[in-house]
Amino acid sequence: MADIVIDRVVKEFGSFRALQEVSLTVNDGEFVALLGPSGCGKTTLLRIIAGLETQTSGRVVIGGQDVSHLSPRKRGLAMVFQNYAVFPHMTVFENVAFGLRMQKAAAADVKRKVERAAALLHIESYLDRYPAKLSGGQRQRVAVARALAVEPAVLLMDEPLSNLDALLRLEMRTELKAVLREAGTTTIYVTHDQTEAMGLADRIAVMYGGKIDQIGSPLEIYATPATRFVGGFIGSPPMNFIKVRCSQGTARIGDAALPCPVTAESLELGLRGEDASLSADGSGLPFDVRVVEPMGSHLLLTGAIDGQLARIVAPPTAEVTAGERVGLTVDPARVTWIDSTTGRALARA
Amino acid sequence: MTASAVATKPAATNRGMALPSARRLLLWTGLAVLIAWVLVPIYLVALGAFGGRLGVFRWPKSIWPSDLSFAAMSQFLAIEGVFNALVNSLIAAGLTVVFSIALGAPAGYALARYSFRGQNAYRLLVLLTRAFPLAILALPLTVSFIRLGLYDTPFGVSLIHTVLALPFAALVTQSLFMGIPREYEEAAWVFGCTRFQAFVKVILPLALPGLAATAIFAFVISWNEVFAASILTVRERTLTAYLLRILAESPLHYRFAGGFILIIPSVLFIFAVRRYLFAVWGIASK
Repeated sequence: MADIVIDRVVKEFGSFRALQEVSLTVNDGEFVALLGPSGCGKTTLLRIIAGLETQTSGRVVIGGQDVSHLSPRKRGLAMVFQNYAVFPHMTVFENVAFGLRMQKAAAADVKRKVERAAALLHIESYLDRYPAKLSGGQRQRVAVARALAVEPAVLLMDEPLSNLDALLRLEMRTELKAVLREAGTTTIYVTHDQTEAMGLADRIAVMYGGKIDQIGSPLEIYATPATRFVGGFIGSPPMNFIKVRCSQGTARIGDAALPCPVTAESLELGLRGEDASLSADGSGLPFDVRVVEPMGSHLLLTGAIDGQLARIVAPPTAEVTAGERVGLTVDPARVTWIDSTTGRALARA
Repeated sequence: MTASAVATKPAATNRGMALPSARRLLLWTGLAVLIAWVLVPIYLVALGAFGGRLGVFRWPKSIWPSDLSFAAMSQFLAIEGVFNALVNSLIAAGLTVVFSIALGAPAGYALARYSFRGQNAYRLLVLLTRAFPLAILALPLTVSFIRLGLYDTPFGVSLIHTVLALPFAALVTQSLFMGIPREYEEAAWVFGCTRFQAFVKVILPLALPGLAATAIFAFVISWNEVFAASILTVRERTLTAYLLRILAESPLHYRFAGGFILIIPSVLFIFAVRRYLFAVWGIASK
């Protein structure tokens, strides 16, 4: 077990700056997800932690030891790769045993640990098969078992579920969470899938353009995004952003008035689709409904607030028709105010 | 060659059910032509080699060997120097295989895994060595070889054959290593391998089929090469070079026997490693 300190790590590819002074601390036994769109630098950061890539500057400290310039094998970690990288010329047993064999563990020890990892991931029944005969989900299990068999201090996972189909992904996600909780390994998990990050992680680091925009628990990140990007990236439908004018601490949209902070010149109102409710008498924020999509569990309404695109989630039984103007009630405590010029959220009143 | 025809037969008949009969006919005609193209000349050479002195001159030729005899073959092998030349050929070809893999595979690995300045120029340069005519080099090479004590040795011949085989070895292994995902290696590093261990434990076993194919190329190039072998040797000739000299003044059925012996090793070698070749071409052989 070990904690990880990433200290002002910079990575440049030629003139392109993939990571700009990223700092992050992962506590012992914690599960942190690096979440962001493709090209945001999350995989690069993970590979720097693993030692597969060398940082341009900055330090990586694992369990108190500066590993910045150590080769991957000396860092005491295990990794699950996006395409699993299960060795095709070895049986499942030999794959899972690979790390232990490299540590020159005793044969009995190897057998015991492989069997335990295999049991954890339910792959005991095909230990003597070759990976070519396994399905994608099974290979994925082998890759995780191989990583857990060495009982690593740190486990790194690079989009391990992205190659599975949707149903299997859901199943593996649940199982992975149970397995990793039991193992209690410090884990860094790279993904572009917000539901994976929300469901698995203790904390999420949202990355964008080579920087970490926000670090926090899934709920924090969802409810109080630190930047416009985080609000727009997390949540389905994404957060709505409505440009408003704030005068004397009040923003007026239609006949609704919301208290707003006055520190910025131009403001955007960040509003989650499910944080607005349809008012009974049509008062409140005016919302012109254009499309109504019944999703089963809810109605997804797409329309405009003050001429700006917005998506609102309504109860499945609500009677709304396209073309109608409805009123929305908004709890001022649940909205996020964003400074349009910097894109950063303003401190809550 | 026959093995590949047999191997594709079940698949072809299965698919044949779905094919219109005209296309099926075309497929089988094509196959037959291809097989005949390879097998008929080999068969005729064999017929000449084993048909005896009279069989060679008989006309019209019978398809079946009338008086099968190993006389020509054994007499041919008994000619002084033939056995020695055969051994020289095997030594030269074997050394060529070893050298071109030992030198070509690392070059191919470097081309596949690292990006460095002048990579494309280097790749072109590797090929350009083949464009340089050996004939121009013949005299200076002979002089240098005599000076270095390499003249008239199978080792010396294998060096020149390595030069001929190396560009292919480097380029074929390059595409071979490119086809092996980098993640395998990275996984090996993470799980405790040094770079060299990762190569030996993970990359090498996966590259083996392709390396076998490269070895075949090198072997065949060396085995078939006449020009350099003739220039650089006098007594310790390779089989091709030796045959070129003695067969011109031998009876016809000896020439067939010599030709047949030249064919055998290549066929045997390809037959032995065909499983790996099919793996390279993506044909399952199980």
